[in-house]
Amino acid sequence: MTGLVQQFEREATDAGCAVRRVAAGDFAEDFAGLLEPPAVGAPLPFEGVSLPERVTTDPTPGELESAETGVTPARFGISDYGSVAIESTPAGDEQVGLWPGHHVAVLAESDLVADMPAGIERVGEIARSGGDVVLATGPSATADMGELVVGAHGPRKVSVVILEDR
Amino acid sequence: MTGRTDSAQRREEKAARIRHLLSTEGESVERNTQGFNRGRYDAVADLSDYEELKDQARAVKEDAIARLPELIEEVRESVESRGGHVYLADDADDANRYIREVVEDEDADSVVKSKSMTSEEIEVNDALREAGAEVWETDLGEFVLQVADEAPSHIVAPAIHKSEDDIAELFNAHFDPEEPLETADDLTRFAREYLAERIAEADVGMTGANFVAADTGTLALVTSEGNARKTVAATDTHVAVAGVEKLLPRFEDVAPFVELIGRSGTGQAITSYVTFLTPPGDAPTLDWDADATGPADDREFHLVLLDNGRMAMRDDDQLRETLYCIRCSACLNSCANFQHVGGHAFGGETYSGGIATGWEAGVHGLDSAGEFNDFCTGCTRCVNQCPVKIDIPWINTVVRDRLNRGEGPAGGDGSSFDFLVDGLTPDEETDSSGLGLQKRVFGNFPTLARLGSATAPVSNWVARAPGARALAERVLGVDSRRDLPEFRRESLRDWFTARGGPAVGDADREVVVYPDPYTNYVEVERGKAAVRTLEELGVEVRIPDLPATGRAPLSQGMISTAESQAETVADALGPMLDAGRDVVVIEPSDLAMLRADYRKLLPDETASRIADRSYELFEYLYGLLENGADADGLRAGDGEELAYHAHCQQRTLGLEEYTTEVLGELGYEVRTSDAECCGMAGSFGYKREYYELSMDVGADLRNQFADAERAVASGTSCCEQLSALRDETVPHPIRYIAPDE
Ligand code: SF4
Repeated sequence: MTGLVQQFEREATDAGCAVRRVAAGDFAEDFAGLLEPPAVGAPLPFEGVSLPERVTTDPTPGELESAETGVTPARFGISDYGSVAIESTPAGDEQVGLWPGHHVAVLAESDLVADMPAGIERVGEIARSGGDVVLATGPSATADMGELVVGAHGPRKVSVVILEDR
Repeated sequence: MTGRTDSAQRREEKAARIRHLLSTEGESVERNTQGFNRGRYDAVADLSDYEELKDQARAVKEDAIARLPELIEEVRESVESRGGHVYLADDADDANRYIREVVEDEDADSVVKSKSMTSEEIEVNDALREAGAEVWETDLGEFVLQVADEAPSHIVAPAIHKSEDDIAELFNAHFDPEEPLETADDLTRFAREYLAERIAEADVGMTGANFVAADTGTLALVTSEGNARKTVAATDTHVAVAGVEKLLPRFEDVAPFVELIGRSGTGQAITSYVTFLTPPGDAPTLDWDADATGPADDREFHLVLLDNGRMAMRDDDQLRETLYCIRCSACLNSCANFQHVGGHAFGGETYSGGIATGWEAGVHGLDSAGEFNDFCTGCTRCVNQCPVKIDIPWINTVVRDRLNRGEGPAGGDGSSFDFLVDGLTPDEETDSSGLGLQKRVFGNFPTLARLGSATAPVSNWVARAPGARALAERVLGVDSRRDLPEFRRESLRDWFTARGGPAVGDADREVVVYPDPYTNYVEVERGKAAVRTLEELGVEVRIPDLPATGRAPLSQGMISTAESQAETVADALGPMLDAGRDVVVIEPSDLAMLRADYRKLLPDETASRIADRSYELFEYLYGLLENGADADGLRAGDGEELAYHAHCQQRTLGLEEYTTEVLGELGYEVRTSDAECCGMAGSFGYKREYYELSMDVGADLRNQFADAERAVASGTSCCEQLSALRDETVPHPIRYIAPDE
């Protein structure tokens, strides 16, 4: 399992993410520094971990537009690509991970899969029950303006917080 | 005579247009495509199972296209079971009518789009504007083009022909911002903010789809900017337009494509976002006016599956492969010609690059494909780069053949392809294409070479006679700045016979050296050097009278002529192979015929037999040395440096290393070029209309070898091009290792 985390860390960092590993108990403290306000978020489904109060949940379109930070859970991660899978939920995970300039994805270490075929298997399960998923790898980017620019329509900064004991 | 003057004029116009693009767009296109191309080489090298993934991807596509009618019904059921709508549109008008109705039913006055070549193909924007809706392209490249009112020049990076400065100038003039925009960062920020408002106002979001899983009704969208996600998330009505060929049988079939598509295109291991949507999904709807969210079930979804000629392509044995294309752009970025002119020259109404010939012939008809089909020189550099293993040059050859015969137009207007490749290519009818005489001359080069040699030196004097070149340029379109091949009176075969035929008796190995027309009549010395080298290594050599392989007519799209020549060659080689002789070929393009192209022209068994027993000269020498032949009698290099440019087709067949290995073993310091092509590409660089492009492509190679003392090349046309570029004679590498006479 450690191998997968290290590989994920390396690949996600290469893709332009800031990756950190924390124990669930230290989450609240560690997390505070990442949240440039105003922050919006979707509920985190990990035991012993929750969103700080100043994170607005169920954001309106206006709140999305003005948010600096958006926090979402990642349903799983793919180690050899450094990708996180963000599943759409009625709480707005898709929008929260897309509109703000900084996306913070919270990922349980036990939800890492090794490679793309394994990742696609998991997306397939979600798709079969009618859900939407995005495999997000690093920040949004464009080469359309004559040079590579990080931060196009989506976030220009992505952080992945790996919960080590989850 | 009028016809010929017309074609001379057409050639001039084409040359002028190419010159214009080279000077205005060439630099940006070159920088970007070569960057993508290098990225691709690096990115696929990281995949340990690259070849298996390509095989898997190919197999999925073959299966999907074979079962297409069934998959269309399946996706209809899966999408409708979740409340969505599927519309199978016959052609562009049909698709546009449906989409317009959706927009009208929604009372929508604003539509936002993410990038989709399929919606470019049907020109849906015009149809929507007619219906009174505003349309905004949210992909930043497409947005630039929308502002500039220009067409895409690349299937993945549509504004690749524009530099940062070009775009800054455009935006500053068009939007007149308070602070003038300068950098790519400024431009991106400005465009994002401008488009955020358009996205918030929009009622309908349109996307394409890279893949559609028939079993689950899921769309896969491969993107980097995040605009496709916003387009869907911010609007309540989603219209996805996809060609029917995008269907995959099972959701999990998408796996190899996810790994291949970004790598093959821009050289990214994976793009920032691979989105899987199974509408309506669970994301809440966003109401910007009320600043509130609503339930996901409010989302409406329409999948428009476009036929527009695709089902006819599916029935066409030659064009069917085009439908496997995932539009990754590897064949554009790895194409030397494309790297220099881009899609505004090397493209049709919608699609660009080598594979565009297949797409344009299929969806817009042969006329559209005919405009740019010549830019594919058949160099084959793209073949190994295609993630679904499409034989792109073959599709170009087939379409060229159909154009030569004045077939068409065909395409999405409902007409079908009832003309397959068989049937004759009557050479005398090719004049109807306007460039016919030029094609005939190049297509019949072997005959020309034989006559030229028989009448040498007079034939060479005639070619040099005052006015002769101007005449050749005007009538035949042979650029007068090119040196013409100088025919030798004594051919290689004449020399071989005169010296008494085979010289090594009692040898373990006997080979047939194939007397290709260049070696036999023009580059006779390389032929003699090959014979001396083989004999030195103890091989008995024969040079029988063998007919031309058919390469010359094939590259002009004269498939039937090539086919009958292939049959003649196969008949002639049969008894020699029976006698246990291998075939050694000096000219790489002729070797590629025997080794690869014959599989399309001859029965499988015959083609395999010839392919298995034919060798490139250095490949054969390498084998001899590996098997213990004594190299002492060959000329050694003693550390001398040689800059070596392998022939394109030789590289595609994986045969470059044999030359570098043998030269290395003999003590030469060898360095190689990484230019995809020298730019000459057989007859291409001789043609008046393509001369400048050919030299522009060649400049990459010239620069790479600028500080090299000596250069060598395997192909005749590569040698000619390098000789012109370096202003010195560039020989075949055999000349450096053959023992002295
Ligand atoms: S033909 Fe092959 S290489 Fe070219 S765009 Fe299509 S899939 Fe890519």
